[in-house]
Order: sequence, then structure tokens, then C-alpha cells
Amino acid sequence: MQPDRLQERKTRWWFSLVWPVAALVLLLLFNLVFTQGFFHVEVRDGYLYGTLIDILNHGSMVILLSLGMALVIATGGVDLSVGAVMAIAGAVAAQLINMPNVPFALVIAGAIAVAIVCGCWNGLLVTIFKIQPIVATLILMVAGRGVAQLITGGQIITFTHPGLTYLGNGHCLGLPFPIVLALGMLGITVLLTRKTALGLFIESVGDNHIASACSGVDARSIKFLVYLFSGLCAGLAGLVAASNIKCADANHAGLFLELDAILAVVVGGTSLTGGRFYLVGAVVGALFIQTLTTTMYMRNVSADVAPVPKALAIIVVCLMQSPAFRQRLGWSWKRKPA
Amino acid sequence: MGIDTTPLLEIRKLSKSFPGVKALQEVDFIVRRGEVHALMGENGAGKSTLIKVLTGVYPRDEGMFRLDGAEIHPHSPKEAEWMGISTVYQEVNLIPQLSVAENICLGRQPSRFGLVRWRAVAERAKAALARVDLKIDVAQPLASYSIAIQQLTALARALDVSAKLLILDEPTSSLDEKEVEELFKVIRKLRAQGMGVVIVTHFLEQVYAISDRITVLRDGRLVGEYETAKLPRVELVSRMIGKELARMQKVQSEAGKEAAAAQGPPLLELRQFGRPGSIAPMDMTIAKGEIVGLAGLLGSGRTETARLIFGVDAAKSGEMRVDGKRVVFKSPRQAIREGFAFTPENRKVEGIIPHLSVRENIVLALQARQGVMRTLSARQQLQIAEEFIRLLGISTPGPEQPVMNLSGGNQQKVLLARWLVTQPRLLILDEPTRGIDVGAKAEIEKLIQSLRAKGMAILFISSELEEVVRDCQRVIVLRDRAKAGELTGNQINEETIMHTIAGHSHAA
Repeated sequence: MQPDRLQERKTRWWFSLVWPVAALVLLLLFNLVFTQGFFHVEVRDGYLYGTLIDILNHGSMVILLSLGMALVIATGGVDLSVGAVMAIAGAVAAQLINMPNVPFALVIAGAIAVAIVCGCWNGLLVTIFKIQPIVATLILMVAGRGVAQLITGGQIITFTHPGLTYLGNGHCLGLPFPIVLALGMLGITVLLTRKTALGLFIESVGDNHIASACSGVDARSIKFLVYLFSGLCAGLAGLVAASNIKCADANHAGLFLELDAILAVVVGGTSLTGGRFYLVGAVVGALFIQTLTTTMYMRNVSADVAPVPKALAIIVVCLMQSPAFRQRLGWSWKRKPA
Repeated sequence: MGIDTTPLLEIRKLSKSFPGVKALQEVDFIVRRGEVHALMGENGAGKSTLIKVLTGVYPRDEGMFRLDGAEIHPHSPKEAEWMGISTVYQEVNLIPQLSVAENICLGRQPSRFGLVRWRAVAERAKAALARVDLKIDVAQPLASYSIAIQQLTALARALDVSAKLLILDEPTSSLDEKEVEELFKVIRKLRAQGMGVVIVTHFLEQVYAISDRITVLRDGRLVGEYETAKLPRVELVSRMIGKELARMQKVQSEAGKEAAAAQGPPLLELRQFGRPGSIAPMDMTIAKGEIVGLAGLLGSGRTETARLIFGVDAAKSGEMRVDGKRVVFKSPRQAIREGFAFTPENRKVEGIIPHLSVRENIVLALQARQGVMRTLSARQQLQIAEEFIRLLGISTPGPEQPVMNLSGGNQQKVLLARWLVTQPRLLILDEPTRGIDVGAKAEIEKLIQSLRAKGMAILFISSELEEVVRDCQRVIVLRDRAKAGELTGNQINEETIMHTIAGHSHAA
């Protein structure tokens, strides 16, 4: 029988999700048995509430970051500055919203624009000045919080504007708005990369940049673009973070979230050496990490100790992803039917 | 020294295999005291394997090494160095940020109680540099000096241990003429001191300028050892390529005869086109429906010429015209826009995108030219991929197979497909048949001919002379990074090409 080639392509794509999804399901099963009320979801005032919804809600920031991060990592780079860019975007929004006569749309646009400029800065350092991505983005990771402090004047700036607080606390279609935003961005990113040739270019640059350049792929523009996009994603996450707590906290907004985002991408099956990337995998990875965090809270693991079991779980998932490790265990992709 | 008849280095029946390849088979190699010995051979001859086994990088399978009459078994380059075998590699493998003195003494610093004695380091470095006639400030970082001085520093480092045998692996490839002469002066001085020097180089001119003896390897076997003064160049070339002059087929290429048929105006025209270190300024034209061959030994500048034309490297002199219009390429993107295509010699590094599928590899160049705004639909991509898989007979389980899982010949066909999809006007093929099986070779040659018949201009680079003779209407011969001649019509035969490579003008 002639196999349907398009079908074959889809099967492969789902294939990459096996391990991250298995890890997530295992974690959920654990909670189903041991954590009471974990799966309890109820409708209050037409909105959904429950632990699962909380996980999605809190995970949405890492999801947003991991979308941009996945593309950056696919080109063989990394963006360490996203946490700091979140703080900058939040600070810009908080300052603008407290000014008289600034329309709400301009506040959002301003914050996003500043985040995009941050992304462009990273892109510039990496593509034009050829600084290694880890160093180039480290600059903004360290300096970014200082920039945010400058913007807020060293204060924690609070706001009460209903529009801005809606971003992190409102509901849309029965779900908390951040979930809708994150899923929307996932959809847009998938469309942009998989329905246009962008995804092909990103993967080819990450897999073999010399051969890509020799084939006429504009590697420099592609790299610049992914850092820009990562900045945009960080800006959105920064707005959600600020809105959540109704203030801009330059010191703590998005702190260490860049590491969660990188982990989410890796757990999702994208290799840090670049090449193939998996957006849905990254989202599942982000949810896995958030579920892990929430599980720690609910099982009363003290916050000081929580990173240890978290790290262990992540190590296991990463080992499962490693072909070398699977080979040692005698497992192989190929034995499984497609 | 002349009375002592035991050779400095004696290698007998050395064999070394890698999975699937017999890199060296029963090779003998002898270096005498006070001689410069050139080790020659084309790609895959086994030169670098020989050096690596000798210096302990690889273990040998069989064979015997004797240094000064005593058997040796070096297990690492460091051990080999201790025994008196020092090596200077092609790429200066020193540490540019460290000072000259540190570089020379790195790993063997004079020290007391675990503390480095810096004054002794500097003195030792100065003494080592004196042996290569170099007086520079040893406290400066190595990077602040020219490549030539870095090369001499590497040499000084190699001499710092009491070396008896010095191995120079392509020491001159990044030096200009004057610097080469400086280096040779030092080599001659070392030879006069009774040291044995093994030199690997692709420059024929330099082999004849410096060496006393030549050992030729081919396909992992010893071809022979010769006295340089008694071996005519053309003989050397014929031994390297593996064609005996006397028995050479005088068969004319059919393609050559067709060349008389009038060609249209040239598609590509190069005038004094070159780049220092790559290829000396040269002229070349290629017309539509013409296959021009680039022949020459390994390292003669064939690939460099292709890279200049395709815009991978920027030309520094002369001009290029396409259809009579002057063009300057700063990147392959611009060359592709003019309808150029290039399948590189090094498939793995410059060709395939290993983890991506056959389909993605095939559509990449076309898609890159069209840009993101005109994305090919999944169905179009699949159609193109399947069409070319069928057309070129690419054997793959399917278009979604990662291209790295394919054999070398099929990867080459995927690369050809990538460019044929773009319907190029000029196709540059750099060793398109390297490392692929005989059947696939014939298929690719047939394909090239059919493309020519359709009016494509083709620049064909190959180290296999039969292929060049069989397929090309005109042959440009390169020697030592410069154009050595251009052959047309019935001049295109293996013998004339070989004489041109060797540097005799044999007007047939």
C-alpha cells in the first residue's frame, strides 16, 4: 500500500512529543493518586477554577518565553536576557499607565516595542558583531535589571488600571487571560514557522549554517529575527507578570525564568546544538516544569528544598531524550511502530 | 655523518585500517640524516595517516618503526616528541593569546617546586628562536606577529625538544613567496646540522626547491621513493595520479571534438580574477551549453576558484562578467540570484543539512531564493522532492528521511537536485563523483551531459583525469594556485593535461 506522505510527516512531528508528554502524564498520574483535589475543576461565575487551571495560568509566562527561546535555540543560540526583558517591559508599562492622557493601546504598544528593541540589541550583537549568543545575551541579562530600575526610578510602581490588570487576572472564554494569550501566541508561532518557510530556514541555519549560507539562506537575517521574536515574547510575558501582581518590580519580575524557559525547550525535545525545534514540545515542557513546581507546593515541600526533586525529574526527562542513553538501555525509536 | 649508513627513520611494512578503509598497506618509508624528504600524494593517499601513526596519534595495526636504529613505539605525540620526532601542523596550533615564550615552553616549562621559572622560560624561548634565526620580543602575545613568524615560532617549539626528525605538514600554505623562502632557509640550515626533515606540501615548485628525495603514496600504498633531481615533474605527477605515461590511452574525448562547433557568447567571463592566497589572477570564459573542466592536483586552487566565482570568498582583483554585465558577489546569495549553483567538494560541511529531510534539503535553495513571502506549499515541496527523487534515482525510503541516513552518492544526488530545482544557468560541480560508487558516478556523468545539451553552462572540477577528458569541451589546468594553461579540442587528453600540470608546455 502506498503510504500517504503527508501523513508520514505528521506522524514524525508527533513522535517528538512522546517523551515530554509521557513525563507530564506520569506526573499527573502521581498527583491523581497522591495529591487530593489536584484534578478538581469547578465553574465559579462562569470561570474555570482549580489546580490544573492554576498550572496553566502560572505556566503561561514560561510558555510565552519558551516559544521565543525554542526558535533562538534552534539557530544554535540561546537568549539569557528574557527575564530581564520581562522586567523592562513591565517597568515601561507601569510608568506609562501612570502618566495622564496616555491611551491604553499606546501603553501596551510602548512596552512591547521596548521589548522588541531589546531583542534587536541581542540580534545585533550576535549577527553583526559576532559575539557568542551566551555572552551577548548575558550582557542584557545583567544590565537589563539596571535599565528597569532606571525606568522605575528604583521604586516598585503600582497601578490600578483595569485594562492592565486584566492581562494577568482577567478571564477570556472562561479561562484566565494569560492562558488564552499563551495559546494564541503558540498558534501564531506555529503558523509563522510551519506554514511559511521560516521554520525551514531556522532549522537549516541551526543544523549547518555554512551549508545554509552556501544554499542562499540569509543566515544573518534569520538569526536577527529569532532574537527579535524572543524579545517580543519576553515583552508579553513581562506584561502578564506585572499585571499579575499589579506592580512593576524591577528586581524580581521574571527572575530566573530564562532558565525555566531553556529547560522547557530542552525537555520539549529541541537540541541545544540547534536544528530541529518543537514548539508544542516546548509548551509541554513548560507545563511539565510548572506542574512539578505546583506539585512541590501542594505536597508541602519547603521552597528551599524544592529545586532538588525538580532537578532530579528534569535530569530523568533529559536522559530519556538522549539517544546515547536510550541506546545503553537498549531502547530505540525504530522499534516502535510509527 | 655521511659514513653512518643506518637511516634516521625506518618504517617497514606499516599497515593501518579504519572501519571500511585500508588507509595504509605495507608502506615503507625511510628518511636519512641531513635530508629533506617530501611526502607526496593525492587525496586519500595516506600521507596524514602515516604522519599520525608515526607521531602516536593513531595506533598502528602492523609494521615497524626504527629511529636511529632502535625500535620505537610512540603512543602519543608527546611520547614521539620525547623520542625526537617533532611535528608542525598545517594550521599553526599554538595559542595566540599567550606570549611567544609561553607558547614555546607550554607543557614543559622549567619550574622549581611546582612554580614556573619565568626568566628561564624566556631564555629558553630566545635560544629556541635563535635556531630559526628569529629575534623578536618573546614577551609579546603570539597573535601580535604575522602568520609567518607564528609558523617559525611553531618550528622553534618543535626544535626546543632535542628533535632528530622534524615533520612539516603543509607549512607553506598560508605564507607568501618571501616568507616561504625564509622558512626554506631555516630548513636548509637544519638539514646542514644533520636533521631529517619530512615535508608534506601540495606545491610542486616547492618540492623541487627544497627536497632531496620524494616518496609517493597512492591509495594507501607505496608507489616509490625517488631522488628529486632524477625525477622529472611529469613523472611525479603521473605517479601521484596513478597513470603511466607510456600506457596512457590516447583516446580523444568526444566532447573535445564537439568543441569546434561554434559556441554562443560567453555566459561567464573572468578577467584577471583572483584573490591572494586562493588563486592568482586568471582569465576564464564559459559559454552556454559548454562544460569547462578545472584540472590540477590537490591544493592547486580548483576549489578556491569555484568559491571565488560563487561568492563564498570575495575576489580581490579583476572582474567577473555575466552575460557581458559586470557583477560583484559579496555572498552566495547574490551568485544564486544570477542563476549560479555550486555543489561543494566537502559535502558534509558545506553541502547537506544533515538532520533535515531529503525533501527539505532539495527545496532549500529554491525556497531561499523565493524568500519567506513565497513559501512553497507542503504539497508543492513534496511534488518537487518526489519528482527529483525519481529523476535522479535517489534511493531513499521516502522524502521525509533525514538526509544523513543516505549513502554518499545519494547525498550528492540530493545536492544536485537542490540546485537543479533552481534551474541554474551556471552549475559549478566540485568533485561531484568523489567517494561514490561506480554506478552512481556514471549516472551523474550522464546527467551532466544531458544538462549541457539543454544549454546549461557547467564548470566541472575533478581529480579523475578520465572524467575531465570524457566530459569537458575545454580544460583549464591549474598549478600551485595559478592558471597553468588552457586546453581545447584534441589537446584534451590525459597526457597533455598531465604535462601541463607538471609544467612543461607540450604543444601536441
